[in-house]
Amino acid sequence: MLDWIQSLGHKGLSRLAAFGRAGQLLMQTLIARPAPVTMFPLLVKQLYFVGVLSLVIIVVSGAFIGMVLGLQGYTILVDYGSEQAVGQMVALSLVRELAPVVTALLFAGRAGSAVTAEIGLMKATEQLASLEMIGVDPLRRIVAPRLWAGFISMPILTVIFSVVGVWGGAVVAVEWLGIYDGSFWANMQQAVDFREDVLNGVIKSIVFGFVVTWIAVFEGYDCIPTSEGISQATTRTVVFASLAVLGLDFILTAIMFGEL
Amino acid sequence: MRMRTMEISVGFLMLAGFLALVVLALNISGLSLAGQGDGYKVYARFENIGGLTVRSKVSLSGVQIGEVSDIRIDTDLLVADVEMTIRDNVDYLSTDSSAQILTAGLLGEQYIGITPGAEDETLQDGDRISDTQSALVLEELIGKFLFNKVSE
Repeated sequence: MLDWIQSLGHKGLSRLAAFGRAGQLLMQTLIARPAPVTMFPLLVKQLYFVGVLSLVIIVVSGAFIGMVLGLQGYTILVDYGSEQAVGQMVALSLVRELAPVVTALLFAGRAGSAVTAEIGLMKATEQLASLEMIGVDPLRRIVAPRLWAGFISMPILTVIFSVVGVWGGAVVAVEWLGIYDGSFWANMQQAVDFREDVLNGVIKSIVFGFVVTWIAVFEGYDCIPTSEGISQATTRTVVFASLAVLGLDFILTAIMFGEL
Repeated sequence: MRMRTMEISVGFLMLAGFLALVVLALNISGLSLAGQGDGYKVYARFENIGGLTVRSKVSLSGVQIGEVSDIRIDTDLLVADVEMTIRDNVDYLSTDSSAQILTAGLLGEQYIGITPGAEDETLQDGDRISDTQSALVLEELIGKFLFNKVSE
């Protein structure tokens, strides 16, 4: 019994310590030692890996999610004779909710796991230690560009996801199911507000991008430097990042739309 | 060379993101670049505004000419007092125009429809539309219908 309580306390303390280390990593990387000029080429490289290479999966899943929303929305709304409202349904659910969340989940799986594995392997093969040895700060050289690349590319990918999704919904609803396209777009434009819906979605995506990349970078930097440790860290990145995104989404939605 | 292709593709990503935001703003949320904040204010009292809210549209023959900017209770008459902001370029509403609260579709949102009158003088900032018609409340209609049935 006492052993169980002790192990509980140990787990709690180590979680707390990990949280502290993560905060320290963030502080040291972003605030204490900014080096924007030397970082720029590294940042471009990371933006390419994290942003450009994620574009395909984002565009494809955005199009399919938009199309499914159009189809599902139509079959439900046609019962009430208000199938013109499918435009606003597709646009609102994408812009407010699905685009930030699904992009963040895909981003965690596609880019976050890769970042964790890369940094973890660098640590396991003692590349980080040798960088320190020759007087290069690994936080500045390795961690900072990846963090910034994640922060920058998440909102961009989310906005692209929204637009592609709405387009997919429009293809299904207007071209296949024959909803009059004037009422489709007009209903949508009337229902979607730029500040309330679009900007809140972008704010969500900024928060998610921040959280996902932070978890990914930290798990890689903090992993046990063995092959097993790297695999565990990669799994933890995807699990923790997904859970954090879904939990934060509820909180953000409650603040933004729930009039909390 | 490789760096160059990377930079170009990152540039395209940024551009695509920016364009997507513009599409979201203009095409999906219907944000118009010409600021429609300016306009003149017209007031109207309604006995019942139903589901009318601030930012509901004000239309003439179905064309939007402004929006509801404020709703409060007139404490003397105890009816709703609605403030509408009509766009400046709509300067041809006569003083005897009437305002009705209408519903878009069966379950749609409510908006104010203006029916122009015959006077030569036009509505100015701060004027009041006196001829108004309240929102149709479905429960009241059903109640009246039932009442008539019973009295037959």
